[in-house]
Amino acid sequence: MATYKSVETKYMEQRQRLFRGLRNLDRRSFLKVSAAAMGAAAGMTAPCSFTPVTVAQEPAEGQEAGGGEAFRFAYISDSHLYDRDVNDRFVRGLLRAVDDVNNLDPQPDFVFYGGDLAQLGQATELELGAGILKNLKVPVRMMVGEHDWYLDMGEKWQSLFGRSTYSFDHKGVHFVVLNSVVEKDFWTHRGMTPMERMMTVAGLDNGLQSSFTVGDEQRKWLEQDLAKLPVDARVIVFSHSPLYKLYKPWNFWTDDAEQVQAILSRFDQVVVIHGHTHQLLTNRIDNIYFHGMLSTAWPWPYAPEGTPELTIEMSRPDPFNPHDGCGDGEVEVHPDGLVDMVYELWNRSPITVSAAYLASWGKQSVPSRPNRSSY
Amino acid sequence: MNHVWIRRRGVRVLLGATCLLLTALVVACNQEGRSTPAASADKQSRVASADAANPFAAASEDVQAEAATDEGASAKPAAADDTVEVTSCAGGKTVTVSKDLAGEELAHALMDQWKRDHPERSWVAEEKRKHAFQPPADNSYLLEGDQGKGHVYGNYTARDLLTWARETEKLVAEGSRVFHDAKALGSTAGVSCDMCHPHASNTHPETYPKFQTQLGRVALLRDMIEWCVEHPVRGKQLDPDGPEMRALEAYIMAQRKGVEMNYGKH
Repeated sequence: MATYKSVETKYMEQRQRLFRGLRNLDRRSFLKVSAAAMGAAAGMTAPCSFTPVTVAQEPAEGQEAGGGEAFRFAYISDSHLYDRDVNDRFVRGLLRAVDDVNNLDPQPDFVFYGGDLAQLGQATELELGAGILKNLKVPVRMMVGEHDWYLDMGEKWQSLFGRSTYSFDHKGVHFVVLNSVVEKDFWTHRGMTPMERMMTVAGLDNGLQSSFTVGDEQRKWLEQDLAKLPVDARVIVFSHSPLYKLYKPWNFWTDDAEQVQAILSRFDQVVVIHGHTHQLLTNRIDNIYFHGMLSTAWPWPYAPEGTPELTIEMSRPDPFNPHDGCGDGEVEVHPDGLVDMVYELWNRSPITVSAAYLASWGKQSVPSRPNRSSY
Repeated sequence: MNHVWIRRRGVRVLLGATCLLLTALVVACNQEGRSTPAASADKQSRVASADAANPFAAASEDVQAEAATDEGASAKPAAADDTVEVTSCAGGKTVTVSKDLAGEELAHALMDQWKRDHPERSWVAEEKRKHAFQPPADNSYLLEGDQGKGHVYGNYTARDLLTWARETEKLVAEGSRVFHDAKALGSTAGVSCDMCHPHASNTHPETYPKFQTQLGRVALLRDMIEWCVEHPVRGKQLDPDGPEMRALEAYIMAQRKGVEMNYGKH
């Protein structure tokens, strides 16, 4: 997507790049920056430009760190489809989201689907969802959620959409998709049928189930997958559950979150985008920037405790308006790898949680606050 | 209505338990008249104490008396010489027990079998394990000091407190069950309350009555429950005094334990 940039924007980007360069200095590049700075001081370049310092940055093996291409993708998440004749409201939610995305002009580079396409993981539900998503004009990348998984342990989902853990590169950004809804076996010793297992996991407040994890196997894979990347690589990770610990009773939680965060900690900055929470949710833990996605089916209330300080809650949904608090959105990826998260709340003005808001620890670009907060 | 429904469930459980205990007695007494009258009386008292341990047994004595007049179970000798087959009056299931078993052991054996046949007997505990609801208030302060001394009213025992807590919790557990069950709510769309209100969050019962702008009138909590049942849940309106509504209200209120009442709050 070609973006028009004002002089101010270009200037700010250059400035940001300079500071990034300064932050990441090793000795060799320090000399380069000093040389460039001296050059600037000596009046060899226009005094108001930061242009010279861009040369100071070490180009990272085929990637332009901090100087990557900006682009935009869209997201749809948590549609929780039943069969059409059981519940057409959830179906209409997904149809509306597909319409929204198809009406974006210019079109996003791709659409990311955040998991929980089905409500009870049934083949017909997943097929219905896959059929609706086929109407998107741009390619879709899929992630699995617990509602897709626990009837047949992902068999149908994987036959439709492929592996549940994978990575891909797009315009210099390394995307990782995880299956973060791995639960340890709570069903065998209780003698549950597959449907009973599914119904247990489908209940957000059902305490019989275990906590979500990414698990040893995937963490090992993740480490290997990221091993080749330099520290200033642009990395965006998708997980269905938030990759941090918010509220355990609802599995707004990943049990091995710290271990996953440790793998991501060596990068300058990483963006994690998650589903499951059905609400506007924002967090930052050191170098990791977290954003939640909206659902097309229903909004969850905010958890009674644990909501991160940086989260500015969305206004309380109107129970009399069936699609209020639901929606979809876009993700604007900046050249430095951080993102602006756009929440297209249906029937409301969109809300943008910008990279600047998180980068400044909530001091700048504060999103609009709700006038009706949670009870 | 609700307590009737629950009692019915309780009665079923109670009947089963009573029948089996009676069976135990009948069988024990039939066995070669081994038991002396003293032993029999002893057995009876043991049965009574076993009954007291049964959480449902205290519910109504007349049911117990009624059950006692029925022929609760029939015993017939089984093929193997050293066992005897006992048919339970609760569902007509048979239990094979050793012929030598008598008295308390036999009662226990039959009770164990009945428990195995009725996994739903601990549905309150199971519901609590699943959906962790708030416990009722702790009234143990009533047992301290000399409150109510010399009065009938206010003279409470630990057993009173236990009964209150158990019965109250049972209604809340039933509410939790309905709240989490699309079928029990009569949903035609597979939607249950917990799908938007996990642990009854965001139901704010403490804010009613209040003027509900979307309805154009003052609403009670039950009006909002009715609205949700009719619309997102797509079921039929509940009987406002019916068992489901009473149970739902109980559960929703219970979950806001400790929150300040603030009617009219938006």
